[in-house]
Amino acid sequence: MDIIDRRPNPHGKNLENRRRVLQRARSAVQTAVRDAVARGRIREVGQGNAVSVPSDSLHEPSLHRVFSEGVREIVLTGNREFSRGDRLQRPPSGAGGQGSGAGQAGESGGGEDSFRFVLSRDEFLDLFFDDLELPDLLKREISTTENGVPARSGLSNEGAPSHLDLGRTMRRSIARRLGLGRPKPAELQEVEERIAELEALRPASAEDLEELEGLRERRGTLRQRLARIPWVDPVDLRFRRYTIMPQPATRAVMFCIMDVSGSMTERMKDLAKQFFLLLHVFLERRYKKVEIVFIRHAESAEEVDEDAFFHDPRTGGTIVSSALELMHTIQRERFPSANWNIYVAQASDGDNASSDTMRTASLLRDDILPAVQYYAYIEITGSGAVIRGETDLWRSYRAIADENDHLAIRQVGDRKEIFPVFRDLFSRQHHSAEA
Amino acid sequence: MDQIVSGGGSPARSGGLLYSGNDWNFQIIRDCYDAIEEIATRELGLEIYTNRVEIITSEQMLDVYTAHGMPVGYKHWSFGKRFIGHENAYRRGLMGLAYEVVINSDPCISYLMEENSATMQALVIAHAAFGHNHFFRNNRLFREWTDPSDILDYLEFARGYIARCEERHGLRAVERVLDAAHALQNQGVNRHSGARKLDLKAEQQRAKERRAYEDSVFNDLWRTLPTEAGDAAGTAEGAHARRLLGLPEENLLYFLEKNAPRLAPWEREIIRIVRMIAQYFYPQPQVKMMNEGCATWVHVYIMRRLHELGRIDDAAYLEVIHSTSNVINQPGFDAGGGASFNPYALGYAMMTDIVRICTEPTAEDREWFPDIAGNGDAIGTLRHAWAEYRDESFIQQFLSPKVIRDFRMFRLNDDTAQPYLLVDAIHDEAGYRDIRRSLARVYDPGTFYTEIEIVDVDLLGDRTLKLEHRTRAGQLLQAGDTRQTLDYLASLWGYGVVLNEVDAQTGTVLATHSAGPSQ
Repeated sequence: MDIIDRRPNPHGKNLENRRRVLQRARSAVQTAVRDAVARGRIREVGQGNAVSVPSDSLHEPSLHRVFSEGVREIVLTGNREFSRGDRLQRPPSGAGGQGSGAGQAGESGGGEDSFRFVLSRDEFLDLFFDDLELPDLLKREISTTENGVPARSGLSNEGAPSHLDLGRTMRRSIARRLGLGRPKPAELQEVEERIAELEALRPASAEDLEELEGLRERRGTLRQRLARIPWVDPVDLRFRRYTIMPQPATRAVMFCIMDVSGSMTERMKDLAKQFFLLLHVFLERRYKKVEIVFIRHAESAEEVDEDAFFHDPRTGGTIVSSALELMHTIQRERFPSANWNIYVAQASDGDNASSDTMRTASLLRDDILPAVQYYAYIEITGSGAVIRGETDLWRSYRAIADENDHLAIRQVGDRKEIFPVFRDLFSRQHHSAEA
Repeated sequence: MDQIVSGGGSPARSGGLLYSGNDWNFQIIRDCYDAIEEIATRELGLEIYTNRVEIITSEQMLDVYTAHGMPVGYKHWSFGKRFIGHENAYRRGLMGLAYEVVINSDPCISYLMEENSATMQALVIAHAAFGHNHFFRNNRLFREWTDPSDILDYLEFARGYIARCEERHGLRAVERVLDAAHALQNQGVNRHSGARKLDLKAEQQRAKERRAYEDSVFNDLWRTLPTEAGDAAGTAEGAHARRLLGLPEENLLYFLEKNAPRLAPWEREIIRIVRMIAQYFYPQPQVKMMNEGCATWVHVYIMRRLHELGRIDDAAYLEVIHSTSNVINQPGFDAGGGASFNPYALGYAMMTDIVRICTEPTAEDREWFPDIAGNGDAIGTLRHAWAEYRDESFIQQFLSPKVIRDFRMFRLNDDTAQPYLLVDAIHDEAGYRDIRRSLARVYDPGTFYTEIEIVDVDLLGDRTLKLEHRTRAGQLLQAGDTRQTLDYLASLWGYGVVLNEVDAQTGTVLATHSAGPSQ
């Protein structure tokens, strides 16, 4: 007999098969994933998610019989009260009486109704954002500057202390000390102790004196060697060497602008946040190098961090141009359009101080749009204050959108619409024509 | 008797506990194995394939489930589906994992879970490495239909072959053939036409040579020749042609492999692989009850002997009893969870009953089983039964009135024309034989395999493939599944397919399904 311990064997033998299932049921799983997102919150989404898909897409048909009519005999166990000739009520169809005759009942065609997957976060988001892309990202890819990324490239004799390779250095130091016979400090100490001992002896015999003489000489050599052969010599030093490898980078920045003024109800803010969360997860997922700038505004605008953007409550009046101005300033200072792909997403209820709308429109048309790749504006509708239809902001934006392809404007009224609009804005079709 | 090479540990070291407590290590497993082997070969006279015991984790057990216990398998999404299904059920606590899985191969591989206690490892070794192993090696069905020494090599070949096909022809093309062949795999088995043993090694060799030959004679020019020249030759010799095609043919996959006009050689080979593996698994459901009964009876016997010999302590023996009684529990028809027989329960009860009949027969036994009652050779009788019977014939032969009474079996007559179910036999003198006959019929392969044959090919016309299903009392094919399966069949055949469901007695056609050629 052999005993083989298989436990250390590579795991995940079925990963490939599992992947193929996902592939096969892809469209069904994708629908399920998107439903899950539409129903739930995005943050919760994407961590250990179970989705159910109808099993049609994974059904394995075979030729098998079903009992439909006629006579059959069933042997059962556990008889307590029946005797021959008893007549029993027929159980409601399908409920009982099946399962006799192996493989004959129980699998009436469809098999299980649905099939549950537990997806990893990556799988989930991959399916979720499949075929979405930042529009026109390719455009400036070639012209982007190249970033240097340090990469390990062997060792060198010199370098910054922080790059010191301690292990290698000490190995060389030990080898050199052994080779040159550097005495151990303990050895010197021993000799010195013995000398002190002998010196303390009174009267000293001739032998002792002779030993003392010898020891003193030895002490001299030891001290000399210790001083001459250093513990760590510059020749021991080894440093990790890094070479800067040029790496082309697509540099992109996304400005997220959100109206948090008083006219935005909690529900509307929630919708806007939902949109930006989606955008955020999407960007994080797709583009490792995308910078994101969060700007929120009421009557004045400020740049905030992610956390404040999504979680800090704030209210006030509305001056949209303040946000656009801030965005424009930041863009000019930090993200010159020669080197950066620039994207802007703005969410608002379309409410704006009426004196400001003109200024907003000119700012957008003359300063911002020429500099950016893509500008998406979503308007949260259904506010009580504004009658459904066209707000001032919407009207002026639409006029600009008619002239500029890279300004996209959409209205969103309900959580369910968030994802379709999002898809609409970022689906690959936008630039598939030129690709 | 096989001389098993055991690693260290002398059997002479009898007496004394093999272990105490729950923890096991490899030495304990070896010692237990040696002690168990001693009992299994000396007292029970079991003949086994060389054993290989593999320790695996629960995660690996899920992999094992997916591949029906086979250690290697080709890639296909259906395995992934099964894996995900098992995994979900397991993670949500709906399903416990088996303590062990054993496969019919030589060497016989038993997988033991690392979570098992020392007692469970010993029990599982007795159950799988001796009980099942003996059954695999000796039962007629396995001896005739499977070739355990080559199956592992063949699976290795299959995996490699299919992976190479995927590289050469693309995942999609391979998947098309596999999907279709899987749907037909229950019809890919030779059931009646002779019990020829499959020589899987020669099989591999043959495939390799055929491929090499095809490569060497490949000439692209032939492709440009007009093709219908051969067709015109066939005239009114339909019957002759049918004979040449070997019709009627019950093995659909075999027929496709040999005769489907539009398949590429590699596609035929893939069909062949699916067919070979289906054939290999074909005996298992027919002897499941006996196989489990045999293994359970063997482990109960061995563990009891170990306890009597003082090799395991009382605590361990209680664990054995506890675990065994869980396994052989037979819920009544009204206990929920279906009303099917637990193969462990019925199998174990019948094995124990045979021992009783052989050693302490009653008058009733002498009347029912004159040839074995009181013959005093219980173990020999069992070994004979394990070797020569399958579930159906075993029940027909050995199901005793006592077991029927113990299980309180009864028979229902389900006539859809009547508004009620009729109890027409119970566990009494008048009912024993009826119950026994009906129960045996449940295990008759004829009832759980569908009888479908290819009866004709329209050679002169549009090459439509004609199939026939001989139905049993009101049991027609499930229509939706049948349609989909016929689509698969048509896609392999390349032309139209028609399936008639025919009443076995009168020959009237009850239903017709058809599918057109794909593409």
